[in-house]
Amino acid sequence: MEFLNSFILITNYIIIPGLTYGSQLALGALGITIVYTVLRFSNFAHGEFMSFGTMSTILLTWVFIDSNIKFGTFPTAIIVLPFSIIFTIIYCLLVDKFVFKFYRQQKSKSVIVLIVSIGVMFFTGGLIRFIIGPGDKNFMDGERFILKAKDFKMLTGLDEGLTIKSTQGVTIILTILLVILLFWFLNKTKTGKSMRAYSDNQELALLSGINPERIVLITWIITGTLACVAGTLYGLDKSYKPFTYLHLVLPIFAAAIVGGVGNPIGAIIGGFVISFSELLITFAYKKFFFYILPDNFLPDGLLQILSTDYKIAVSFIMLVLVLLIKPTGIYKGKIIE
Amino acid sequence: MQDKQHIILLFLSMFILIAFVGFFQSWNLALTIFNLCIISSIMSLGINIQWGNAGIVNFGIMGFAALGGLANIIISMPPTAKVWDAGAIFILIGIIIFILSISFSILVWLKSGLSKKKKYIINFFLIILGYFFMRYIIDSPIKAIEAIEPAKTGYLGGLDLPIIISWPIGGLLAALIAYVIGKISLGLRSDYLAIATLGISEIIIYILKNEDWLSRGVKNVNGLPRPVPYEIDLQSEPWVLELTKLFNIPVSEISSIIVKLSYSCIFLLILIGILLLLEIAQKSPWGRMMRAIRDNEVSANAMGKDIKTRHLQVFVIGSAIIGIAGAMLTTLDGQFTPVTYQPLRFTFLIWIMVIIGGSGNNFGSIIGGFLIWFFWVQSEPLGLWFISQITAHISGTNIIKSHLLENAAHIRLMFMGMILLITLRFAPKGLIPEVKR
Repeated sequence: MEFLNSFILITNYIIIPGLTYGSQLALGALGITIVYTVLRFSNFAHGEFMSFGTMSTILLTWVFIDSNIKFGTFPTAIIVLPFSIIFTIIYCLLVDKFVFKFYRQQKSKSVIVLIVSIGVMFFTGGLIRFIIGPGDKNFMDGERFILKAKDFKMLTGLDEGLTIKSTQGVTIILTILLVILLFWFLNKTKTGKSMRAYSDNQELALLSGINPERIVLITWIITGTLACVAGTLYGLDKSYKPFTYLHLVLPIFAAAIVGGVGNPIGAIIGGFVISFSELLITFAYKKFFFYILPDNFLPDGLLQILSTDYKIAVSFIMLVLVLLIKPTGIYKGKIIE
Repeated sequence: MQDKQHIILLFLSMFILIAFVGFFQSWNLALTIFNLCIISSIMSLGINIQWGNAGIVNFGIMGFAALGGLANIIISMPPTAKVWDAGAIFILIGIIIFILSISFSILVWLKSGLSKKKKYIINFFLIILGYFFMRYIIDSPIKAIEAIEPAKTGYLGGLDLPIIISWPIGGLLAALIAYVIGKISLGLRSDYLAIATLGISEIIIYILKNEDWLSRGVKNVNGLPRPVPYEIDLQSEPWVLELTKLFNIPVSEISSIIVKLSYSCIFLLILIGILLLLEIAQKSPWGRMMRAIRDNEVSANAMGKDIKTRHLQVFVIGSAIIGIAGAMLTTLDGQFTPVTYQPLRFTFLIWIMVIIGGSGNNFGSIIGGFLIWFFWVQSEPLGLWFISQITAHISGTNIIKSHLLENAAHIRLMFMGMILLITLRFAPKGLIPEVKR
C-alpha cells in the first residue's frame, strides 16, 4: 500500500506532467530540427510561429463560441486546430517568400540567416501583440478533468490522489498521432524520401530532378503544422501569454540539441529528457520518502535538489552540459558547417 | 575623406534628433535618452569587437550586463550587520568546495588515463558529492542571512566603496565569467555558440533572481549610491537658484537636468576612452590578425596563429566592455532589478544596433546604438500618433479603434524587426560600413 501510494505520487507529479510538457517540447523541437536540416539555419522565430498558431486558434475559438458551435465537452480549441494550422502555414510561407527565400538563393552563411530569423522574431512578436494584446488569455473550455483526485481516491481507497487534466490527455494523444503521421510521411512517401535526400545532399538531389521549391514548400507546411499544434497545446495546458513563447524557444532549442539536431527521433527524445530532468531535479522528494522509509529514518528538509524557481534553468544547464560533453547530442545529428 | 563627412553628417543628424526631443518634449527626456544611448553604444562596441572583428556570436549580453549590475551591489552597498555572525564565511567555504570539486573533475577528465566510462562515473559522483556537500554547508547560513531584516536587507551587502569603482570591477567580473564560458563553449560552431551563450546568460539571471543572500533576488536592491550629487542637495545651492532665474524653469527640473548632464559627461568620457582603445586595437597588428582569423580560419591557422586563444581573448575583452556598460546602467537606474533583464531588450536589441550601424566599424556601432535606442524609446509615442491619425475618422467608441490605440505601443517590436530585415536585405554592411584596410 505504501509503495503504491509513492508510485501514484510520482505518477501524479512527475510522469504525467513530464509526458505533457515533454510532448509540447518534442513537437517544437521537431519543427526546429526540420527547418535546420532542410533549410539549414537555426530558426529563432519558431517560438513566435508557435505563438502565431496559438493566436489563430484563440481568435477562431472566440468566433466559434460566439456563433454557438459546440461539440459537447470537447475543447473548442482542438476543433478549430485544422483552420489555425492553415493560417500558420500561410504565415510561414509568406515569411519565407519575403524574407528567407532571398538568403537561400544567395547561399548566405547560416549565422546570417540566424540573425535574419531574429528580425522575423521581432516582427512576428510585435504583430501578435498588436493583434491580440500582451495580456493573459485562457481559451480552454469544456470538461477540465479526465480523472479527478477525489474520484481516484474513492475508486482505489489510496491516500494519494491522481489527477489527469483533459489538456494533458489531449496533448499526449495528439502528439502521438502527429509523430506517427510525420514519420510515416518522412519514411514511406516519395515526397518524404525526396525531402530527406535533399537535406542529405542538396546538389545530388537537384541533379536527380528533385524540385527544391517544392521541398521548401513542404518543409514550411510541416513546420507550420508542428508549430501551431505545439503552441496551441502549450497554451491550452498553461494559458496563453505572448511573452512566454519567446522564453519557450530556448528550452525547445535545448531539447533539439540534447537529442541531436537534425534527427527527428532525437528531437522527441530530447523533449522528454528536458521535461523529465526539469521535474526530477526540482521535485521535493520528502513525501515520496515519507511513504517508503520508516518514520525514524526520515531526514529533515524538503529533499529538493534545486528549488522550483530554477525549473527552466535546468533545461539550460542540461543544454550546456550536452554541448560540453557531446555536442552532437544523444542521437548523432547532422552538423552543417 | 568622403567617409569622414558621412560619419560626421550621421552624428550631427543624431544630435539634431535628440535636440528635437529637447525642444518639443522636454530636455529632461532628451538627456535620459542621451544617457541610455551612450550605454547602448558601449554595449554594441563590446559586441562589435566580438562579431565585427572576430566573427564570434555572443548572445549572452544580458548576463554580462547583469553581472556588471551585481558589481554595483558588491562594491558600493553598505555591509549588512551581523552577516558574519550568521555564518557568511560558510557560504564562501561551501562555494569554494564546489568549485574545487568541479576543478578536480576537470583534472580527472583531462589528465587521468582512465577509460571514458570510468571518467563519466567518477566525474558524476565528484560533482554530485561536491554539490550536496556545498548545500549541506551553506543552506543554514543562507537561511540565517536572509532572515536578517528581510524587508530591508536580508543579503550579504557590499563593501561600502565609491560606486565608480564598481564599473571597472563589473568589467572584471564579466571578464572572469566570460573566460569560463569562453573556455567551455568557444569550440562550438557559431549557432551552437549563440544558443549556448543565450542559455548561460539565462542561468546567470536565474541565479541573480533566486539567490536572495547575494542580490536580494526579486526584492531588488534600491538606493544604490551615486557618483553625482542628489537633486535635493542641488536645489539649495545658490548657483542652481541663479540658473533657475536665468532660464526661468522650475528648480526641480533644472536640478534633475544638472544631475543627468553630469552623468552624460562621465559616460561620454568612458565612451570616448573605450572607442580610442578599440580603434588603436583595430589598427594594430592584433586587429589585423583578428580580421584574418575571421575571414579565413584555416589559413590563419596555417600561418601559426593560435585561433582558440585569440577567440578567447576577444570574447573576454568584449564581454568586459559589456560588463562595464551594465554596471553604468545599474548606477544610472539607482537600483538593481533582476527581473528587468530580458533577452529582447538586452541581447537582441544590442545585436540590431550592431548590424544596423555596420558590423566591423566602431563608429557604426555607436551610431547604431544611438539610433536604435532613440527609436526604441520614441517609436512608442510615434506609433500612438500614427494609429490615432489613421483612426481619426472612426467614431470615438469603436471597438477596433480602442483596441488599436491600446496596442499601439507594440508597433515598436514590428518596427525594429522591419528595420533589421530591411538593413540585412538591402544594406547588409550597415550605415557606416567596415573600413577596408
